Amino acid sequence: MNYSQLGFSSQPNLLSSITQRYLNRVDVLLLVCVAALAIGVGTAVRHMLGPLVPVAATPVHLEFRYLPGYALRTTLRMFAALALSLVFTFGYATLAARSRRARQLLLPLLDVLQSVPILGFLTFTVTFFLGLFPGRVLGGELAAIFTIFTSQAWNMTLGMYQSLRSVPADLEETARCFGLTSWQKFWRLEVPCAVPSLVWNAMISMAGGWFMVVYSESITVGNTDVVLPGVGSYVGVAIEQQNIAAVGAAIVAMMVVILIYDQVLFRPLAAWAARFRLGTGAGGVQASEPWFLRLVRRTRLLSALGGVLLLGLRKISYLPLGSRNGSVVAPAPASAGRGEWLWRIGIGAIFMVAFYQVWVYGRDTYTLGQIEHVFTLGGFTLLRVISMLVLASLIWVPLGVWFGLNPARARAAQLAAQYCAAFPANLFFPVFVVGIVHFHLTPDIWLTPLMILGAQWYILFNVIAGTSSFPVELLEVCRDLNVKGWFWWRRVLLPGIMPYYLVGAIAASGGAWNAAIASEMAEWGSTTLTAHGLGAYIAQATQKGDMSEVGLGTATMCVLVMLLNTLFWRPFSDYAARRLKLN
Amino acid sequence: MAFSSHSGPVSPPGTVLAEARHIRQFYHKDSAADVQVLDDVNLSLHVGEIVGLLGRSGSGKSTLLRIMAGLLPPTSGEVLWKGKPLHGPAQDIAVVFQSFALFPWMTVEENVALGLDARGVPAAERDVLVEDAINLIGLGGYENAWPKELSGGMQQRVGLARALVVKPALLLMDEPFSALDVLTAENLRTDLIELWSEQKLPVQSMLIVTHNIEEAVLMCDRIVIASSNPGRIAHVLSVPFAHPRNREDQAFRQLVDHIYALMTQRAPIVSEATLVNSGANGAPVAPAFRALVPVSITMLIGMMEALAAPPLNGRADLPVLAEKLQLELDDLFPLGESLELLGLAELEDGDILLTDDGVHFVLSDLDERKAMMRHALLHHVSLVKMICAALDERSSHTVRAERFREELEASMSPDYAQQTLQTIIGWARFAELFDYDEEGDRFFLEDTTSE
Repeated sequence: MNYSQLGFSSQPNLLSSITQRYLNRVDVLLLVCVAALAIGVGTAVRHMLGPLVPVAATPVHLEFRYLPGYALRTTLRMFAALALSLVFTFGYATLAARSRRARQLLLPLLDVLQSVPILGFLTFTVTFFLGLFPGRVLGGELAAIFTIFTSQAWNMTLGMYQSLRSVPADLEETARCFGLTSWQKFWRLEVPCAVPSLVWNAMISMAGGWFMVVYSESITVGNTDVVLPGVGSYVGVAIEQQNIAAVGAAIVAMMVVILIYDQVLFRPLAAWAARFRLGTGAGGVQASEPWFLRLVRRTRLLSALGGVLLLGLRKISYLPLGSRNGSVVAPAPASAGRGEWLWRIGIGAIFMVAFYQVWVYGRDTYTLGQIEHVFTLGGFTLLRVISMLVLASLIWVPLGVWFGLNPARARAAQLAAQYCAAFPANLFFPVFVVGIVHFHLTPDIWLTPLMILGAQWYILFNVIAGTSSFPVELLEVCRDLNVKGWFWWRRVLLPGIMPYYLVGAIAASGGAWNAAIASEMAEWGSTTLTAHGLGAYIAQATQKGDMSEVGLGTATMCVLVMLLNTLFWRPFSDYAARRLKLN
Repeated sequence: MAFSSHSGPVSPPGTVLAEARHIRQFYHKDSAADVQVLDDVNLSLHVGEIVGLLGRSGSGKSTLLRIMAGLLPPTSGEVLWKGKPLHGPAQDIAVVFQSFALFPWMTVEENVALGLDARGVPAAERDVLVEDAINLIGLGGYENAWPKELSGGMQQRVGLARALVVKPALLLMDEPFSALDVLTAENLRTDLIELWSEQKLPVQSMLIVTHNIEEAVLMCDRIVIASSNPGRIAHVLSVPFAHPRNREDQAFRQLVDHIYALMTQRAPIVSEATLVNSGANGAPVAPAFRALVPVSITMLIGMMEALAAPPLNGRADLPVLAEKLQLELDDLFPLGESLELLGLAELEDGDILLTDDGVHFVLSDLDERKAMMRHALLHHVSLVKMICAALDERSSHTVRAERFREELEASMSPDYAQQTLQTIIGWARFAELFDYDEEGDRFFLEDTTSE
């Protein structure tokens, strides 16, 4: 919009001399904002470290004036988890990329962790952390943070690993040729290469994270109620007291929080990360600069601050730590040495012991009938996931194509869809539940749409992305040859957007499995609605605090998710990547 | 402009700076025998000279450059740098890459400063050096630009400045101009030679790897011609002209022609008969198959038609033909060689001439051309013969492509094997010998499956 300012982007000096006074006033405003934020953070942290108030007495008030404070705490939990995820990502991905042996172990592990339903972790983490810090809120906080972490870390790690493994050979050679040490190479070459994927995955992770944070703030494991002041617990109390206005207020508060997060953090970060994208040329259309990034770049104080920060980082990144990596690695010998065999035997032994443990535990704990029952429930949930995916596709594919065919519409819809995807859908669950209770609807059917509520947006924004990157010439050819109707969909557009659609559908499928645990069982006041399914089974087991049942349910869901991936999604997307990828 | 100070004592011209001794390099493979890339290469670089390493793809010239830069350890042999064995990248050897290899997240200034920052040069000193290098190479004013904002020529200038700023004694350049358009490349070459002649470059010697003959003659004092598969040094020529050189000069043209002639007089193609003999003698087994460069059938036909047409009448001087068809050496030679392989043309003393079959081909209609191509493929390309034999043997008339890919990989890298297979598929489809099913990765005979 503001083209005059945009044009100055390469000449900050000129701009600041023109608008100096205006900018200095903004500086002051920002300073106040930063101070307020610092105070808020300080208070919230002090509360986290306070002694555990008896559970029933944990005061979560439904008055609206408490909401901003709760929202801030929820946000803090999110960012604590994000920081933890980043640290984990750097360590894990680097290790996996550097060491061949570590890779053999860490990559499959990551694959498994990715398919574990995160809410299934909850029982274990809550019990673990409450046991670690008895009588302190910290235990509950850490449990919540760790739960969010489990929803964020895996895809970030995988993305970073892939970037580290695909550092361009010529840049790698340049780094070695000019004598960069391993430390310098890591910060000047490898991390920058990973930035676009890190930012993108962090954004996806945050979207999932908001869901988790809302869920994990108010949780019952056996006899222990964990209520952490936040938007999630606020909604929990509102459900208990059947206060629909409070639910609405929480939704509004969350909308504001996510809007701020989206505008202040994510969009500027995504625009900034574009600089680190590898590849030739301008790299597509330059999106307009987000206002907050513009503010940072044009405001004297902020840009000076940023400059100092970047200079410091540059100095640190050039510290001569690590080996110069000068002596080039000789090609690895083809024959496996003795060490290799020891390694394999060690891995094998660990696996055998673990397998034995699981088997003994399973044999002693579960009956065959129980396992059969759980798998039957899994079948129900599978049916739900599939039917919801089909339904969401039927709605969003045509709409997404309609949005995508017009660039202006596409951009607007894209932003909206990304925003919707980040919004924790479980805040809306009570609204549906009230409807179901009021009209006496069948929970088995009417609870089902909840699982796709948050996940459907992945389908939408991938379809939009696919359609808007569909080559215009191909569309023109179709118009020229009068190709239209169903034939056009079947032979032209659907194959063209299929790779994109699959990315969205796979993400939606994963999200739906996860949401099943939160959505197949719902409460409103004293009424509890339950649908038959694996999600409800896990949720009930969690509430009972029955570790063995949670374990069985989670493991079953894990197996189902992995089967679905290997038998359906992977072959299908391999085929799409081979056959249908445009250029 | 005061950038000519060399690091360390300047050696008198003629002193040996770097020396590659008996370099052999094998491309390591997990499965079958290793593929040899370089065979007993000896090369020395002296102070005060620009050396051109001229060769075709497959001559291992880029590999040799990386070995001399210390980026790649040779399988055997050694590189002496200022008399001492070289292990890993040395401080005063710098490399300029074909792809520029600029870091997209660093500004021009930061890219140039890379080598200095890595050494921990103090900021004040670094800034002076960077500024000097940037001005020297004609990048003044572009300090804060991002690489993606620059044209290819400007990007390569950044690559040059980054290499020069560390004041290397030796500058290694890997096809530095081949990614640029003709005008830009010429502009950069001229600037570089001018700086060199005026002794403004802080380097004592340069090695330029290229496949462009004119470029080598234009810039270098000595030209080393490498032969292919495996790479060996075939000829060494000195270029007696003073800078600046004139491309239209009679002597210049003659030298270019001479090099064309040298490069077309290749080692004889290894036939299966000689293969058996050399195997029996205990000598290293030469590759059973030759890697084919992707040359489409339309290019082959286009080339033959151009050759047969009036001004040339079936015979052409390669440099002239290159100019007429606007092709570079790396494009022209594979075409000529493919035609030679198929018995449709011959390369001789820097000339290419159509054989009788070639002339006949041009005069024929499409069906006849297909028949001739069938005949040529079956007689001259052993891989095609093998595939056809395998297809005929089976009642299903299909055979897995994997089998042939593996056989190719015994004598070349997987990339070349894939490329060779693709080229052959293209030719065979034109000749309607057999077809290929990509989804199933198998060859099949068209008629049997359609029935």
